[in-house]
Amino acid sequence: MGNDLVLRVVGKLLIPFILMFALYVQFHGDFGPGGGFQAGVIFAAGIVFYALIFGLENARKVMPDWLVETMLAAGVLLYAGVGVAGLLLGGNFLDYFVLAHDPVHGQHRGIFWVEVGVAITVCGVMLKIFYMFASRGLAEDQK
Amino acid sequence: MSLTQHLSAQLPAHLPALQVVLPLLSAPLAVLLRHGGFAFAIVTAAAWAAFATAIGLWLQVGQLEPGGVISYHIGSWAPPWGIEYRVDRLASFVLLLVSGTAAVVLPWSRASIAREIPPERHYLFYAMFGLCLTGLLGITITGDAFNIFVFLEISSLSTYVLIALGQDRRALAAAYRYLIMGSIGATFIVIGIGFLYLMTGTLNLADMAVRLRAMESSRPVLAALAFLTVGISLKLALFPLHQWLPNAYTYAPSAVTAFLAATATKVSVYVLIRFYFSVFGESLVFHELPLPQIMLWLSLFAMFAASFIAIFQDNLKRLFAYSSVGQIGYITLGLSFDSVHGLTASIIHLFNHGITKGAIFLLIGGIVAVSAVRGAPSMSTTVTFARIAGLGKRMPLTCFGIVIAGLSLIGVPGTAGFISKWYLIVAALEAEQYWLVGAILLSSLLAVAYVWRFVEAAYFRPPPAGHESRNEASLALLIPAWVLVAATLWFGLDTSFTVGSALEAAQQLVRSGQ
Repeated sequence: MGNDLVLRVVGKLLIPFILMFALYVQFHGDFGPGGGFQAGVIFAAGIVFYALIFGLENARKVMPDWLVETMLAAGVLLYAGVGVAGLLLGGNFLDYFVLAHDPVHGQHRGIFWVEVGVAITVCGVMLKIFYMFASRGLAEDQK
Repeated sequence: MSLTQHLSAQLPAHLPALQVVLPLLSAPLAVLLRHGGFAFAIVTAAAWAAFATAIGLWLQVGQLEPGGVISYHIGSWAPPWGIEYRVDRLASFVLLLVSGTAAVVLPWSRASIAREIPPERHYLFYAMFGLCLTGLLGITITGDAFNIFVFLEISSLSTYVLIALGQDRRALAAAYRYLIMGSIGATFIVIGIGFLYLMTGTLNLADMAVRLRAMESSRPVLAALAFLTVGISLKLALFPLHQWLPNAYTYAPSAVTAFLAATATKVSVYVLIRFYFSVFGESLVFHELPLPQIMLWLSLFAMFAASFIAIFQDNLKRLFAYSSVGQIGYITLGLSFDSVHGLTASIIHLFNHGITKGAIFLLIGGIVAVSAVRGAPSMSTTVTFARIAGLGKRMPLTCFGIVIAGLSLIGVPGTAGFISKWYLIVAALEAEQYWLVGAILLSSLLAVAYVWRFVEAAYFRPPPAGHESRNEASLALLIPAWVLVAATLWFGLDTSFTVGSALEAAQQLVRSGQ
């Protein structure tokens, strides 16, 4: 699809907004519909869109495989890390109340980082799946 | 008070969370490190820590008054609103089995997967193993119905991957088949939980039980019971829903087979017991429905049909996989009696069969490891009877271990298997089902037949020319396997741990089920 002028221009115009919208869905998740899962999917969709128009190789330059795999694990680790932070600060596992001096503020802080973890992992998983499917035929073609 | 003092003072109270969190943390760390050796070290350390935690919890439960329960509130949200981890005698017993098996299998796995899995995938193997362990421990410890489903999915999905890592190409087909069957099972389970939530408005198992007791039995509750029974029976491979099991066990990497055979189906049995006794209650399950009769006949079919099929297998792993289906029949047979002794027999056999089968599959894995060459054709992971001819001379310790574990499968006195069968027979006599005693003894004869086939091939057939010299598995493979063999003998002689725990758990369950 890389040769289609309309797609290239529209893609270049839209992709920054798609990524920005992902961040909006992420951080506005406290107040409206949204959250880590949706944000991660939208962010990954932006990269997938880029890969469809400009090719898998270019997308891999933006989001290399090692980064995707790191995201996959780092998000889970961040989520669990928030839980362990609750433990270390004297609460139970995943206790957000103790994360700040004010319990309500602590809840905000806890859910914020947990959702960041979710977004990172979901985005990583989506991209990993896409890369694996998209690069399936390539290795055989090169032979 | 310094932070370390504070933590060590707090530690005993947080063991239920650590039980699940430590293996959970090890999995993403293994992926981040991207190195087979580091991943091995960290997941093994987590499994050992989980085992230590399970021992700690077992001791804590022992300090409570009889029937006591440890309750842990995740995120400090009180049940029934928040997720509650509940450890009673049965849960701590199963936690010990699962984490103990992982602690033995993981050190063993290093030498084995070096020959069975390409090195660039080792860290992923350990990450998946960590997740599978997390899932199985989570299912056991949680007191929340939906949490059970989530952990079930964690353990199932990682299991599919672990099976698909097998060297044989058929491993992929086996994993896919298990994926389909397992997903149907998981769907049934979540539908069942959905019905229960619909009727009671709660997901906390203890709260659910209280509300169900107050309720006239109604159609959605019965539907929930039916969906859960079928769904969990799929996961525990109750005959005739066992179709996924033989291939999955046969073609998975040896370490995975050993771990799954010892834990996965056992945890499913635990879930079934949990729902029957702690949620629905005995009267609904066993008195108002013909469930005991259905379970009795399915168990008998499993004991005879699966053991009979096992006799005619040429692949050793497949033989013992069918034997597993048969042995699960004994566990569910104990359930069908609906008595303290029957339940005790089930719980004992769940443990005894777990360590016995774990030992057998570790030793078979040793045979694979000795003869397999990395990158060689897939035939090398298949242990056929032709290949083990005269093996008793070449690998005396491995073969002797399989024979001892085989005796435990048969139920010879002095082995763990005898204790389970003894309590099963006591339960049958107590229920005045004398013909069942005959059936149990007769099905044990089938086990004699398939174990004898191994003995005959390993000790009485001449080894193939050029393979007469001694070629024993390395100590790294032998020691963990023999730990389980020794456990098989130990729990056959000293039953204070197994029978004591099982009896206490059964009494607690029957009390709560009334």
